[in-house]
Amino acid sequence: MSSTLSPASTDVAPAAGPAAPLRPDLMKGNEAMAEAAIAAGCDAYFGYPITPQAELLETMAKRMPELGRVFVQAESELGAINMGLGAAATGARVLVSSSSPGISLMAEGMSYLAGSELPLVLINVMRGGPGLGSIGPSQSDYFQATKGHGHGDYRVPVLAPSTIAEAVALIADAFEIAERYRTPVMLLPDGVIGQAMEPVLPTWRLQRRIANDWELTGAAGRAPRVVRSLHLRPEDLEAHNQRLQAKYATIAEREVRWATESLEDAEIAVVAYGSAARVAQTAVEQAREAGMPVGLFRPISLWPFPSAALAELAPRVRAILVVELSAGQMIEDVRLAVEGRTPVFFHGRTGGMIPMPGEVLRAITRTWAMTAARAAAVVPGATDLAGSEPDPLSLIELATWVRVEGPIPTPKPGADPRAAVLVGDQGARR
Amino acid sequence: MIESIPAAPARRTIYRPPELLADRPTHYCPGCGHGIVHRLIAELLEELDLADRTIGVASVGCSVFAYDYLAVDFVESPHGRAPAVATGVRRARPDAFVFTYQGDGDLAAIGTAEIVHAAARGENISVVFVNNGIYGMTGGQMAPTTLLGQKTTSSPAGRDASLMGFPIPITEMLALLPGVAYAARGSIADPGWIGRTKAMLRRSFELQEAGAGFSIVEILSTCPVGWGLTPSASMAHVANDVAAVYPPGVLVDRPKADADVERAAVAATAGAVAATAGIAAGGQTGGSGSATDRTGAED
Repeated sequence: MSSTLSPASTDVAPAAGPAAPLRPDLMKGNEAMAEAAIAAGCDAYFGYPITPQAELLETMAKRMPELGRVFVQAESELGAINMGLGAAATGARVLVSSSSPGISLMAEGMSYLAGSELPLVLINVMRGGPGLGSIGPSQSDYFQATKGHGHGDYRVPVLAPSTIAEAVALIADAFEIAERYRTPVMLLPDGVIGQAMEPVLPTWRLQRRIANDWELTGAAGRAPRVVRSLHLRPEDLEAHNQRLQAKYATIAEREVRWATESLEDAEIAVVAYGSAARVAQTAVEQAREAGMPVGLFRPISLWPFPSAALAELAPRVRAILVVELSAGQMIEDVRLAVEGRTPVFFHGRTGGMIPMPGEVLRAITRTWAMTAARAAAVVPGATDLAGSEPDPLSLIELATWVRVEGPIPTPKPGADPRAAVLVGDQGARR
Repeated sequence: MIESIPAAPARRTIYRPPELLADRPTHYCPGCGHGIVHRLIAELLEELDLADRTIGVASVGCSVFAYDYLAVDFVESPHGRAPAVATGVRRARPDAFVFTYQGDGDLAAIGTAEIVHAAARGENISVVFVNNGIYGMTGGQMAPTTLLGQKTTSSPAGRDASLMGFPIPITEMLALLPGVAYAARGSIADPGWIGRTKAMLRRSFELQEAGAGFSIVEILSTCPVGWGLTPSASMAHVANDVAAVYPPGVLVDRPKADADVERAAVAATAGAVAATAGIAAGGQTGGSGSATDRTGAED
């Protein structure tokens, strides 16, 4: 098994480390992310209580005043993101955090931050939705994070850690990207990363400051500056948008990140990010033990999405299985990247439910069997699975299979439509 | 501008436009009050020597372009969020002078949570609240401050309390909060009130410099186009009708009130000292002199 990590363009100088060997600390994800932000040089934090990110706010409430830095518990998520906007306009390094419903309220502020070209890092510890949903872990904010959170033509770089240690590392990178490109950046862990405890090497990194000519300090000895997103003349706004798009093109070129596991000889690639990727990793190992050469492709930057790497992978595998803690959101980007070069299957859980590795293994095996016509190897027992009911735990699976496998057959009168779909599927394949 | 006036022994400059104010026509409609308020702010930032440290927070409405006329650093905020943005500015840059410039739709409708909590926190900022009782920029719709019976494009039959509720006296509401150092309401209806309004703004700015906490100056202003009145009739409307619902004056000045209480206490102590001294002089209590000395020292 071999793993690879995409080259990261961020050029981060590690803080002067202690001479003694590092000893991992057992830390809760939310606390570790707060400490990582502090170590990265965060000047100001603004937040509002919401589960499952509350410990992040609580850690900052204790630590920031100790360090003489800014902490404000805002009156709402609207207040928090706009306090962040104000502090960012003065050149402060700002962290704001929340969870899904609160992130919805911050859509307005993120649009203004993008339009005003202000750097800020927003952590979204995702929970189940829609509405008040649940407080369980989820990845149902993929669309919200990557597809235009607020109004207007803008993009936000989104980084998705799959371990607490990776979340810690990505926070320093997130500040770097935010300041280098003058853009808000979203870190997108799910509730598992926020709530779990894991060993974390205290490899904190302090980000260098980038000199700028836009921060507001009072116009002493220079012309006044205005931080704005309003350009009332259409010609001006279009020019502004063109400049933003050019910036996004640079980010899309330089800030793509992903990791792979055992893809060299893989006939099936599982694509998953965050906590779902960790479950998938175990399932991939189990599949290999069962004789199915399967690998894992894990996007780390969700925007920019590693489309080119997936496009390159697609013709080398006979199927892709996307696993998400959602009803199927990232799968749309996977399909766009693959452009029909290989069939894309899906297994997802929602509402705060997390699939067990065995469940993902069943989805892998089903994918294997459904695409066996194209491969010589057939795993014993897989044929039976192919004809079985879709996993009842994944209500999404049925719909996705219909979408992937071709036209929906007409159910016979009185027959179970789900069974009819499956029979039709197999008929079409055979 | 001042250089263009020929120096002559018989002449002296008694008034000149502030240099912080752009010397060109504004985009505001004829008779709009924003120009007057901009000018008061520019004058005060110069008189108090604050311009080099000032960061203004522009809000959404006609006055978002305040930064085109006031030559200081500015950040634009989303609709209603100026007090939150100003909080971020203030906390991140404690040496700055920070003011928001907000209209009544911005402050008293969509931005109520932000203004109430900035006030409750006693955020050390100055809020310039221009109340013209209407959404001017979007075409003259009813605002939370619109007077009862007032016709607007979204209350074409006049504001009816049974359907649309009552005008919000938000500055009075804010004045209740202990975090509010100063709350006052001025007006641009006539030169006298413009002068008094400038004094209110000066008090607000000076209190921020003294670190006294949150202050707000509401300024009753005009919207002749939105109101369907001439500029002069609009001024009369402010003076007669608007001021009757929103009476101008100082609503709270806590530092002054505290100082008054302190002065009264000092005066009372002085009286007591005098009385005690008189008694002591009468020879009734030998040790009381040192006791009152201690009281005096504690004050």
